[in-house]
Amino acid sequence: MSEPVTAMGGVAASGGIAGIREAERQGMVTLRGDLSAPAVGKAVKSVTGMAVPGAGTFAQKDGVALCWMSPDELLVLCDYGSAEGIVQAFDAASGKAHLLAVNVSDARASFQVSGEHARDVMAKLCPVDLAPGAFGTGMFRRTRLAQVAAAIWMPSDDSFQLICFRSQAQYVFDLLSIAAQPGSEVNHLCSTG
Amino acid sequence: MSSRLTSGGRFVDRGHPVTFSFNGRTLSGFEGDTLASALLANDQMLVGRSFKYHRPRGIVASGAEEPNGLVNMGEGNRFEPNQRVTTTELFDGLAARSQNHWPSLEFDIGAINTKLARFLPAGFYYKMFIHPRPLWKHVYEPFIRQSAGLGQAPKEADADTYEHFYAFCDVLVVGGGIAGLQAARVAAKSGARVILMEQTPHWGGRAPVDGGTVNGAPVDEFVEQIVSELETMPNVTMRTRMMGAGVYDHGYVLGYEQLRDNAPAKPGPRHRLWRIRAAQIVTATGAIERPLSFAGNDIPGVMLASAVRDYLVNFGVSAGDRTVIVTNNDDAYLTAFTLNHAGRTVSAILDARSPDLESPAMVQARALGIRVLAGHGIAAVKGGKRVASVEVCRQEGSGAVTEEIACDAVAMSGGWSPVVHLWSHCGGKLTWDTDQAMFRPDVDKAPTGADGAAFVTAAGSANGLMSLAETVSDADAAGKAAARAAGFTPKRTKAPVGEASEEARMEPVWLMPAQADYEHRAKAWLDYQNDVKVSDVQLAAQEGFESVEHTKRYTTLGMATDQGKLSNINGLATLAGALGAEIPQVGTTTFRPPYTPISLASIAGDARGEVFQPVRRTPMHDWHDDNGAHWEPVGQWRRPYAYLRQGETVSQAVNREVLNTRRNLGLLDASTLGKIIVKGPDAGKFMDMMYTNMMSTLKPGKCRYGLMCSENGFLIDDGVVARIDEDTFLCHTTTGGAESIHQHMEEWLQTEWWDWNVWVANVTEQYAQVAVVGPNARKVLEKLGGMDVSREALGFMEWADGEIGGFACRVYRISFSGELSYEIAVKAGQGRAFWDALTEAGAEFGAMPYGTECLHVLRAEKGFIMIGDETDGTVIPQDLGLNWAISKKKEDFLGKRAQERSHMTDPKRWKLVGLETLSGAVLPDGAYATGAGVNANGQRNVIGRVTSAYYSATLGRGIAMGLVLDGPDRMGEVLEFPGTEGATFKARIVDPVFYDKEGEKQNV
Amino acid sequence: MLILTCPVCGVTAEETEFHAGGEAHLKRYGPGSPDEQFEEYLFMRENPRGVHFERWRHVYGCGKWFHAARCTTTLEVFGTYPAQTLEPPAGLRKTISKKRPGWIWREFS
Repeated sequence: MSEPVTAMGGVAASGGIAGIREAERQGMVTLRGDLSAPAVGKAVKSVTGMAVPGAGTFAQKDGVALCWMSPDELLVLCDYGSAEGIVQAFDAASGKAHLLAVNVSDARASFQVSGEHARDVMAKLCPVDLAPGAFGTGMFRRTRLAQVAAAIWMPSDDSFQLICFRSQAQYVFDLLSIAAQPGSEVNHLCSTG
Repeated sequence: MSSRLTSGGRFVDRGHPVTFSFNGRTLSGFEGDTLASALLANDQMLVGRSFKYHRPRGIVASGAEEPNGLVNMGEGNRFEPNQRVTTTELFDGLAARSQNHWPSLEFDIGAINTKLARFLPAGFYYKMFIHPRPLWKHVYEPFIRQSAGLGQAPKEADADTYEHFYAFCDVLVVGGGIAGLQAARVAAKSGARVILMEQTPHWGGRAPVDGGTVNGAPVDEFVEQIVSELETMPNVTMRTRMMGAGVYDHGYVLGYEQLRDNAPAKPGPRHRLWRIRAAQIVTATGAIERPLSFAGNDIPGVMLASAVRDYLVNFGVSAGDRTVIVTNNDDAYLTAFTLNHAGRTVSAILDARSPDLESPAMVQARALGIRVLAGHGIAAVKGGKRVASVEVCRQEGSGAVTEEIACDAVAMSGGWSPVVHLWSHCGGKLTWDTDQAMFRPDVDKAPTGADGAAFVTAAGSANGLMSLAETVSDADAAGKAAARAAGFTPKRTKAPVGEASEEARMEPVWLMPAQADYEHRAKAWLDYQNDVKVSDVQLAAQEGFESVEHTKRYTTLGMATDQGKLSNINGLATLAGALGAEIPQVGTTTFRPPYTPISLASIAGDARGEVFQPVRRTPMHDWHDDNGAHWEPVGQWRRPYAYLRQGETVSQAVNREVLNTRRNLGLLDASTLGKIIVKGPDAGKFMDMMYTNMMSTLKPGKCRYGLMCSENGFLIDDGVVARIDEDTFLCHTTTGGAESIHQHMEEWLQTEWWDWNVWVANVTEQYAQVAVVGPNARKVLEKLGGMDVSREALGFMEWADGEIGGFACRVYRISFSGELSYEIAVKAGQGRAFWDALTEAGAEFGAMPYGTECLHVLRAEKGFIMIGDETDGTVIPQDLGLNWAISKKKEDFLGKRAQERSHMTDPKRWKLVGLETLSGAVLPDGAYATGAGVNANGQRNVIGRVTSAYYSATLGRGIAMGLVLDGPDRMGEVLEFPGTEGATFKARIVDPVFYDKEGEKQNV
Repeated sequence: MLILTCPVCGVTAEETEFHAGGEAHLKRYGPGSPDEQFEEYLFMRENPRGVHFERWRHVYGCGKWFHAARCTTTLEVFGTYPAQTLEPPAGLRKTISKKRPGWIWREFS
């Protein structure tokens, strides 16, 4: 048996106005359930040790993150190897809660965009206010990245992480590389406070 | 002649000469020049030819409103037509060519049209080319196409890149003149996020050229002071070379930034289209001077008075040695003073206003020794490719020439029009200002946004406030109002005080002289680029075109690339005069974005080349690419249509794949098929609503083929459903259906049955799926080893989880080919490795990959339908003989009620049959079967059509499926299918299952 | 291009993040319903000049359907509200009445 690989084998592009890099393998679990139901909150707490995060945010603890996707969906980020275990833990912990937990680690590709101009690069592709006062660490946003769906968040003040469908990895990587091409600084978002 | 002064020019750097070429001639200018100022500095007065009459055309304006100076720029993959010389910054190596002439700019054969002008009046094309009809296609249209268009279309793909940028702000200020700067300053001081854009490379607009003081200091110092203040503010983004192209609904604005048109060697994208959302917008877009309508006003050397001034002050370029100024207002006197100061001769000022009017400007002019002829105007300008003299006449009267003044330039001013475009784009209304003879924004009727409140404020001269003093105070108020409306509290600062000026009133002059005869009116140009004259608009009115929108289209007034920036007001005043109506009653044409043309590539942004559209790739994509895949787009996916071997044609490859799969072993990358999990206590109930079949009775471990219909009853998708456990189903959809069926399920769960306990999840991309198909399918799996895949352990239409060759997998024993077949899902991250393992282990069993066309042939041989072939959005399952898959027991499912409608139960609906050509040839896909008689249009009646047709290598003949009237009752009958090239195919109606009718092969 | 606020996730975004889904508050008629009612459900739609109620989906965001009350002439958005309602909420109707006195949409006013 061979080890599962990421969509693009860890491709990276440098030399532009921001660094673009495919993230390493990431465990992901989709959890469907009414997040406002106490039983669901209990199950989430018992599996991850965390409370359900608020709309548009994510919470993290001990290498596991809970991302708010919608009022009835969380995306659990974890080690690649832990995803199956987390699915089983949710199945076991669901009790009276009506839940659907499923491993989607292989269904997505993930990229990091980093550097002083990371916000500019992302703002070329996403119709979201990415000014420092409007978007920052701790926030989680599902949106459109050019012509595909994506979820974005900021691990630090000058870097983004994004998730898209695995089949679209090449498209997204190409787009990010073009958006970060040398000489394309916008200097709009990095200058504002 | 036009020439460079020995000193002066705010923008030019005389220490940095620049070399460029015009029509192949090498010329020189300075850094900071525009192409227009550099051409004028080289006495290149003639820059192009007009559209219709090929009249010689010279530079008229100094900015975005320029109608004449359009050139072809660059070469090869950087060629671009219709670039305005007045907004093109000069750079070393710039190469421009003039347009719309042959063989040369100086000698243009098309200029014969000007001699024929009498025979080419408004509406000429409409009148001339309508009869006789047959000539249109072969004579008139090719002729018109030959002569249409100003520049040439580029022939090569654009070598540059372009991008979009999403920006958000509280207050967006368009225009970087003093009004825009002051509005931006007060808005920014309130704490609002401000974006300020200016289309030229310079801040300050016209004010530094016109002079005056603000707060006691020269206006250019005031500009510098604001600019440096704004530059230090972190909440302000300032951009020059960025035009506000359009204002759209809910505060959406397009900003067109030209990043390196002035420096092509710089790296990075060429243009950036800013997609801005602003809570409030201040349009400080200034005003444009109007020409005057007199005979010969299009001869090169006749320019706007403000442009003459701009070239002098900004570029140190004089348009002529002896200039006649003709005006109906005081502003043009500034040009006279500037020329006088620069040591150029002002031959006369012809002031068309009432002879008894006195203004301080006149007094000053006379004091400088400049001749002022009040109550006078121009009867005609004389000259060919440049001005030679003007014939002077009284404004009141029909143009009796009182004297002729030799000159080489004419500076004209018909008053000013506020640039109301951006105010108007999204519905802002205008009001007619009688005193200034201009349309200006009606402040009570601003465009409204998402909350119903106004979101645009006009400021300064764009708001009709023309003096320096009014402009700065209005801009101060506009900036504060916009900040307040965006939710900020402006600082209580005093507005700057601009120097007051004493100006006498302007007097509207729409025709010079007022009673000009036809000969003169037919030489008085309104639209320079499209050759529309005063006489054309009058003719249109006479012929009944009373609406300004109709007149525009009939005469082409304002329809050129400049969109009538100079001509519109003069044109509609002329129309109003001809109709005996007031100007506000005639109204304006609609202002539409963009303000000036923007590059198509900037609109496309990044969406070109490799990323024109997302191409979705399966985990095995690279293997396919390396192994001869002939790609087929399926939605956004790329799937191999067939794998071509050395020397093979596509159809040879397909035939090989078909035979090999039937005889040995075929491998299909089926990863693109949709996989949706449906889970919950109500999952069975929900599945019964989604599918026409009864799904709730499916046992865990089993699979069932199912059909999905829309609420209209039509088939939308099909696929195999596997029941995972009591609460859980896994639905396979078509490749195209993965997203749409997932959304379809979500829609019904969210909006109709939100109280049902069901969750769905789209796990399509979590898995790579391989169909292992053919008599040797089991052998290769057993060789790889792992789970028991025997007939006993895993029967037909069953599934099981397990391991094969060390890969954790889920195996479905389903068949879309009629062969022994396993569809095996592994994690997508292992898809490629699993595929490699199968191809390697399968080699001894004759394994070959097969593509989508082979898949189609295999399914057609078995009579299996394909969504999108047998269905087209109007086909119900009953049409396809799929009644067995429609539950009679269920009370309800999506589409059930619709399928009870009379048209759906009509026995005359065409039904699915197989079709076999008598000759063995392949029927053309989509061909219709003809029946007896003709329809109401005299066309032969049709009684059926081919839904899919293939060459079956298995059977050695063409096979097809089709929908035929009374089809199943007409077995054995022969139908005629006319083809596309005269051939008619005869085909017999047969059973749609061509191969292994008993289904023995898949069940081994 | 509109901006809308998704009442489900609270995000305010431009139209390209959303997908329009036709008229709101349709009542489903299934098997057993008379032809007239079924026709009404399947085919008959309002086409108002002014106040309108529509279905939208936050397709590039939380994926949820919601309803929007909008003016078809000025494009003013009076409000958005959850899809799990059978009629426009009373509070929203009051808001609309203040801005568009006398409005009527189907049986609502």
